[in-house]
Amino acid sequence: MDEKKPNLLKLIKNGIFSENPVFKLALSLCPAVAVTTSVKNGFLMGVAVLFVMTMVNITVSIFRGVINPKVRIPAYILIIATYVSMTDMVMAAYSRTAYKEMGLYIQLIVVFAIIISRAELFASKNKVVPSAVDGFGMGLGFLGALVLVGAVRELIGKGTLAGVHILGANPLLIMVLPTGGFFVIGLLMGLFNWIEDKYFGGTSGGGGGSHGGH
Amino acid sequence: MLKDLGTIFVASAIINNFVFTRYLGLCIFFGVTKRLETAVGMSMTFTAVMVISAALSWLVYNLVMLPLHLGFLKIVLFIGIVAGFVQAADTILKKTNPALYHKLGIYLVLITTNCIILAVPVINADEKYNFMQSITLGLGSGAGFSLALVIMASIRERLELANIPKPFRGMPIAFIVTGLIALAFLGFSGLITI
Repeated sequence: MDEKKPNLLKLIKNGIFSENPVFKLALSLCPAVAVTTSVKNGFLMGVAVLFVMTMVNITVSIFRGVINPKVRIPAYILIIATYVSMTDMVMAAYSRTAYKEMGLYIQLIVVFAIIISRAELFASKNKVVPSAVDGFGMGLGFLGALVLVGAVRELIGKGTLAGVHILGANPLLIMVLPTGGFFVIGLLMGLFNWIEDKYFGGTSGGGGGSHGGH
Repeated sequence: MLKDLGTIFVASAIINNFVFTRYLGLCIFFGVTKRLETAVGMSMTFTAVMVISAALSWLVYNLVMLPLHLGFLKIVLFIGIVAGFVQAADTILKKTNPALYHKLGIYLVLITTNCIILAVPVINADEKYNFMQSITLGLGSGAGFSLALVIMASIRERLELANIPKPFRGMPIAFIVTGLIALAFLGFSGLITI
């Protein structure tokens, strides 16, 4: 048990920083650009992914002895599709306005590379608790990235933050349009690389043996 | 009728381009556009799969799922259809045309878990398109995706030789370039109002 605690913390840290799904692994970018026009949308999307990812990791881990390796990918996709359908229905019922904007992308969570790659690389080889923590950490990293991108775009594009007026003007509408999403993510990725280069010695890609989940 | 189909085609290929305004298929978009040759092979495979899966899933959705009130299962079924079809195409190609199979083999497997392929049936179902409209949406989206891949691959072949600041090498600069292309595509937005 002594060994387990730092291990679990490390898994969460891993998901948020060294293997951040958006900025580091560059996986599942579609929603990261699409729904992050505001903090609220980014947050909702992040929570949906966090839920699906944790539950999928738990389920895959529970059934890891039962699933035949030959049909594992279809089995994972079925598990993911089940949870995505649940999320989709809950979202459609409880937040109608947000669902109108991002319904398509909620349904597309089912094909997020990041979810299936965590199921394949981690949950299929580990026990339930570490798998749940890994899914939670990765989901948290994803949520954080979406909220960050959403905050930057909302602040520059609409002059508000989570709906509260801050700048009091409409500075650059372009940021909430499609173009802005690409710019903000590109710049933030560059920033992450620069910070890592400058303060952590630039040995990127050293964490764990679980790289290469493209 | 024909005009309607033309509108859907132009709208899905250029105005609502999957990559630049709907942000779909980005993993593939950034993954395979390092060389023009792979981008061309990939875009042809994608267009074919998109059209066929749009047709198949329209048939299943409208003739089987709606009469049985199974609409809530559409995500599971659509992905099953795409996966089944891709697997079948993979096997058939291997037996009948090994040369083409070797060219497209890797891409075919990658296609199953791609948002751009799944998005076509989902949009068709949400918009309640008829059969011809669904196929046109598949074709238009495929054409738009091919256009995006070819433009990006041509630019990236040049970027290889450019002197880019170190933190921006690779993915970040690709994103910024995409942003600039998207800015250009924004100019099409007034072309047709849907």
